[in-house]
Amino acid sequence: MGMTFAQKVLAAKAGLESVAVGQIVEIEPDYCLSHDNTAAISKTFNKIGVERVKYPERFVIVLDHTVPASIEKYALGHKEIREFVCEQGIANFYDAGVGICHQVLPEKGFALPGKLILGSDSHTTTYGAFGAFSAGVGRSEMAVLYATGKIWLKTPASFKIVVSGQLEQPITSKDLILKIIGDIGADGALYRSIEFTGRAIEEMSLSSRMVLSNMAIECGAKNGYIAPDKKTATFLEGRAVHEYTPVYPDPDARYEKVLEFDATTLDPQVAKPHAVDNVSPIEEVAGTKIDQALIGTCTNGRLEDLRLAAKILSGNKVAHGVRLLILPASQEILLGALREGLIETFVEAGALMLNPGCGPCLGAHQGVLAPGEVCLSTANRNFRGRMGSRDAEIYLASPATVAASAITGVITDPRAEFVGGAK
Amino acid sequence: MIEGQAWKYGDDVNTDVIFPGKYTYQPLEPAEMAEHAMEDLDASFAREVKEGDVIVGGYNFGCGSSREQAATCLKAAGIAAVIAKSFSRIFFRNAINNGLPVIELEDGVDQIAKGDAISIDFEAGKVTHKGNTYHFPALPKEVLAILNDGGLIPHVRKALGKE
Ligand code: SF4
Repeated sequence: MGMTFAQKVLAAKAGLESVAVGQIVEIEPDYCLSHDNTAAISKTFNKIGVERVKYPERFVIVLDHTVPASIEKYALGHKEIREFVCEQGIANFYDAGVGICHQVLPEKGFALPGKLILGSDSHTTTYGAFGAFSAGVGRSEMAVLYATGKIWLKTPASFKIVVSGQLEQPITSKDLILKIIGDIGADGALYRSIEFTGRAIEEMSLSSRMVLSNMAIECGAKNGYIAPDKKTATFLEGRAVHEYTPVYPDPDARYEKVLEFDATTLDPQVAKPHAVDNVSPIEEVAGTKIDQALIGTCTNGRLEDLRLAAKILSGNKVAHGVRLLILPASQEILLGALREGLIETFVEAGALMLNPGCGPCLGAHQGVLAPGEVCLSTANRNFRGRMGSRDAEIYLASPATVAASAITGVITDPRAEFVGGAK
Repeated sequence: MIEGQAWKYGDDVNTDVIFPGKYTYQPLEPAEMAEHAMEDLDASFAREVKEGDVIVGGYNFGCGSSREQAATCLKAAGIAAVIAKSFSRIFFRNAINNGLPVIELEDGVDQIAKGDAISIDFEAGKVTHKGNTYHFPALPKEVLAILNDGGLIPHVRKALGKE
């Protein structure tokens, strides 16, 4: 019988002909990611009693969550990480400012088709957009990976999500994934490997595909695979750190569920507080007053997101009483945005530019919310307390919706007034 | 065998409310983490939790961020086990790796209320509540071995001959 993508990768990594759903295998991942949590992980690693990281070349460390350090404790953590990578000879180290890990790994050529990548961060699923099997693990597991290079994984069952039709601006893949999560629920794909397929996915840019894989974890998925194609190969040209062989599911693979969506009929979607699956079409929340708008994060901080936002913001001003924070996901994106004049558009509109990094996304660093405040964000989570006060409210939407809403000061349908950037 | 009182929560209890993001990059000891356990969900938890208590949740317990402190802080707060209808996969792994037993159980969970006495027999795979007994399946042997060694780090130290 045929195998799904997840079965094929896990079987290959375990050196087996085939693996069954539920089978536990011991494997060595190709690459492993950790970020600011490396300070804590290195301490756990020291407790294991092994002197050296076993395969330093397999580890990628990116400082992104609290950069540049805003308090002394963070600064100390970063210093410890710099010392650790130096001591252990970990060459794949990207210091503060290079970007958010889930953007940096693809840009630096680690997110490769057919590879198995684990990260001590739940949004490690992002690399599924490049045809990798990638999943999050905990800190202790990462410490053990430093020491032994090995880990156990259970073979997940798979869902196929088929998206027909085509997305049209200002509707984006963010609206699509919010719709999917809203429909199937926060545990709708719990422990499953999702394979996204269909015409809408094929037509999408890699950046748009990354949004789907990034948020696959928000419906519980272990992995969010998209078949690599020409676009993938073109992006990886000159970036890939290693040779790779794409892995495709067998045509007769067995799926636990096949779900169908149509991109053509999609309205802008918004996730309401305090759950990612609390999703409505925009008309149900339009008019909700906002205090802060955020464009960025590993979900929607890429160049196409900034272009779309700039198109809407061009010639407009951010509403009085609203803070619009914009963070490009990486230095490469920041440079692209500068060259295209997008940053000028943002600053002219009254936006506050932040440096590449996670910024306000997890409430540990900057741009936090006061009690009673409302934020509309392009991030992937709106849990209570996530961005500061437990009494603040976070809504999630696409960059187009956030940009349009920043101008009006209330949640606004981006189709209404701003399509095409004619203003 | 565990006998404790239940702390009852609903579905989709995420790791941001179990352990807030603002503390995740601060170097805290487990006992300090315990002071913030459940901070954004239930302010009374950290004050009133007792050694041996059991958390009972609904579906998708521990969803969201991979932060391991969500498991560490509960264990350090004295929680003896978490029973839930289902767990997010990363929390499930983190709990085992911290030596915190997790039990997947749908039957009977809705009948359990805050403060109820519960007993758990791991060997026999059963939970007893108000005279009713509910069975749960044994963990896979690879997973059980980690739990029995008190967590992943002691387990790996043992395997590497460091103990
Ligand atoms: S941007 Fe937000 S979700 Fe993405 S890695 Fe950073 S903190 Fe996590």
